Amino acid sequence: MNTVIFRTLAPLIVAIMLIFSLYVCLRGHNEPGGGFIGGLIAASAMAVFGMASGVSEVRRALRVDPMAIAGFGVIIAGASGLLSLFIDAPFMTSIWLYVDLGETVVPLSTPLVFDLGVYCVVFGTLSAIALSLEADREEDL
Amino acid sequence: MAPFLAAILAPMVCRLAGRLSGWVLAGVPAAIFAYLLGLAPAIIPGNTVAVGLDWVPEQGINLSFFVDGLSLVFALTISGVGALIVLYAASYLAGHAHRGRFLGFMLAFMGAMLGLVLSDSLLCLFVFWELTSITSFLLIGFDHTRQAARRGAIQALVITNIGGMFLLAGSVLVHQIAGFWELSALRATGDLMRDHALYGLVLLCFVGAAFTKSAQFPLHFWLPNAMEAPTPVSAFLHSATMVQAGVYLLARMTPVLGGTESWGLILVSFGSVTLIWGALGALKQTDLKQILAQTTIASLGLLVVLIGLGSEAAIAGMVVYFVAHAFYKAGLFMVAGAIDHETGTRDITALGGLADKMPVTFIGAALAALSMIGLPLTVGYFAKEEMYLGLMSGDAASLLVLAILVAGNAMLAAIALIVMIRPFLGPVVPTPRSAHEAPLPMLVGPIVLGGAGIVAGVLPDWLGHDVLVPAASAILGTAVESHLTLALDVTSLLLWLSALTWVLGILVYRQADTIRKLMRRLDGAIGWTADTVFDAAMFGLIRFSGAMTRFLHNGRLEVYLVTVFLALGVALFGPMLAWGGLDWIMPNADLGNWSARLAWPQMQPYEWGVVVLAIAGLLALLMAPTRLIAILSMGVQGAALALIFLLFGAPDLAFTQLMVEVLSVVILTFVMSRLRLSDRDPRPFEDWARDGTLAIVCGAGVSLLLMLVLNGTLNTRLSDLFTATSVPIAHGHNIVNVILVDYRGFDTLGEISVVMGAGMAILALLRRRKPAVPLAAEPPAKPARRRRARKVAP
Repeated sequence: MNTVIFRTLAPLIVAIMLIFSLYVCLRGHNEPGGGFIGGLIAASAMAVFGMASGVSEVRRALRVDPMAIAGFGVIIAGASGLLSLFIDAPFMTSIWLYVDLGETVVPLSTPLVFDLGVYCVVFGTLSAIALSLEADREEDL
Repeated sequence: MAPFLAAILAPMVCRLAGRLSGWVLAGVPAAIFAYLLGLAPAIIPGNTVAVGLDWVPEQGINLSFFVDGLSLVFALTISGVGALIVLYAASYLAGHAHRGRFLGFMLAFMGAMLGLVLSDSLLCLFVFWELTSITSFLLIGFDHTRQAARRGAIQALVITNIGGMFLLAGSVLVHQIAGFWELSALRATGDLMRDHALYGLVLLCFVGAAFTKSAQFPLHFWLPNAMEAPTPVSAFLHSATMVQAGVYLLARMTPVLGGTESWGLILVSFGSVTLIWGALGALKQTDLKQILAQTTIASLGLLVVLIGLGSEAAIAGMVVYFVAHAFYKAGLFMVAGAIDHETGTRDITALGGLADKMPVTFIGAALAALSMIGLPLTVGYFAKEEMYLGLMSGDAASLLVLAILVAGNAMLAAIALIVMIRPFLGPVVPTPRSAHEAPLPMLVGPIVLGGAGIVAGVLPDWLGHDVLVPAASAILGTAVESHLTLALDVTSLLLWLSALTWVLGILVYRQADTIRKLMRRLDGAIGWTADTVFDAAMFGLIRFSGAMTRFLHNGRLEVYLVTVFLALGVALFGPMLAWGGLDWIMPNADLGNWSARLAWPQMQPYEWGVVVLAIAGLLALLMAPTRLIAILSMGVQGAALALIFLLFGAPDLAFTQLMVEVLSVVILTFVMSRLRLSDRDPRPFEDWARDGTLAIVCGAGVSLLLMLVLNGTLNTRLSDLFTATSVPIAHGHNIVNVILVDYRGFDTLGEISVVMGAGMAILALLRRRKPAVPLAAEPPAKPARRRRARKVAP
């Protein structure tokens, strides 16, 4: 797998996959997609990146431990639910906010934050596992 | 809920206020006491004050609180004694590194106890009940570096939590029968419970709960072991709280469950045994705290007897005795703590002549002890009078109980004399630390409580009218008259019974040393106690769970998987066979219809292509010569499935499936290399046949189940609801996603937490550097995949 073509193309593929994963995640509320799938795609991207450039490279690029990303995901998902307590509604009641940018209206909502949390959890957990396994493989080889 | 807030703040207060922290924190219970006292004028005429808060309104479960005469007496005692104890404890533990934490536990415990006696809803009561168990666990085990403290804490927790389970079961039963949780409403149900077929069970549950908490024989043994707690805890636990919770529960349930023959029989017999047992136990001990602990058991037995008797006078006696006991027991414990604190020992055989050096402590002890003996002009006197009055009817049964009570009281009086006289009078005995008076905050408690015992004793009208009547009326459900009076009537039999008690008490006191030796010899002869039985039970439990773990957790992945799939097969086929789900496919059915049933669906050629691809993937998987190819073929098969999803209008599912397939191929490959397995997988034929059979059974089961489901009519209520409300409520067109992040967001939150937890577990396994035994490490793809699969399901 360690061919020149793969190593050259991998960063490009990874970048596209990451952007696509975010796109999939953000469109999730109305079209097929969502945090889970987005996270899975991003995790696959990390796996590809790891295969091409090695685990240490991936970890350097990520800057933070993938498990920390997962933890952050759980926290923001939970926190998005807590926001509703401020408007005196039960836990996890969704709040919507429409930001008018002239041309388009950007809907922001607590489910979106929640979905991003899901994204982070899936991405973080699976990347951590994949990277850890890959690191072992590299040692073995 | 002020105590809980104060509990959280306690460590900080301790750091800021230093020496004054006791005074500051004691202000919280004191304020509660004052507030409750302010309610008193409204409640004494027999009214109740109620507040409520919705909790689970759909289920009719509310956090409701109410104050009536009974709760008021308990709550006042808890907060009043609590204030003095917090003050005392702050001084007792002065300089202790974890004083703030301790006071925090203490206040939380008090809050739980207050909540317990003020709860209206049975469920609410249960929650606070358990909360007292947990906080007392923390308090008893406070000195957690000592093994005895840990053991005492665990024992108390185990025993009282068993009681908690009884309480929960009983509450649920009551709810089933009556239809509501509120105690205030239950009171008005009359004989509903008593006449119900399940009365015996309900009674058993509540009595069981009360007996564990109130340390009735034979469940009494945790209480002396709880003495491992710092003395302020003991003082609080024994006088006004924890152990009185059971008494409170019994008193509270009297209007609902009480008055029957079995109620009286159980309570009186167990209470009597506990009374005598506790009193004898107290005579056996030489440690001041242990003596007092055993007398608490005796007193609790006495209270239970009185509740069991249930007559007006007995209940009145119970209320007054509860108050008297709270006053003197807390006082005596504080005295014991002060002696320990200032002299370094609690053994009465090593103490003597302290009266000169600790005069104020002595006064406190004397006041409390006089009340415990039940001399006139103390509240203890009225308690004794009332309980004897309840048994003057003259029939054989009540005479027997009367005799038991007199004997028990006499022994308690003797013990009071021991506690009052031995350490303080007589020749001076040198102690490990040179004795001197305790600091002021430690003296306030005994003096105030001892004084209160006297004040209540000389004001019978107030005691009768403002304490006894409302509480007793609340217990009995009918108006009760007070007839407490200071006048000593020489012709009354009551006075002579009291005198008999005192005389007996003095006799026992004189023979205390002989009795102790006798009891010790008896103990040696028996050789085992409830305590050792408990230990044996606990060790047995640990051994049992160890054996179970070794049996179930044998570390062979193969066995796990076979078990799991076997269970799956049974779960699939069992119900289908049991409820005739397979009838339509049985061979005895009309064979002519087979072709109609298995009519080939009308499919487009490209759809056939996908099916062929899936089957090809499957075949390739089965025939794959090496592991790598097997994994890849599984991916092919999965991808084909994803395509099927895509073609039949589930792009979400298809997408997810594809990603999962890709990732599982990647991860499985990694795992394979990590486990250093050989390329090929030669297996004995038995394994192959076993796994193959299992696979076929499970696969067939799932298929049949699916066909069965499709045969029935789909209930579209939920999907219709989601379709209709998705856009207007959740502003989203993708229903799957809307359900995940909005309608069922809470589930998803739980699931992502599980995903993360599973991830961490896998990482932990992987990071164990030494390569695991092949097959012992679980393939990491498994948990993650299972979660994923469930995510798509809704």
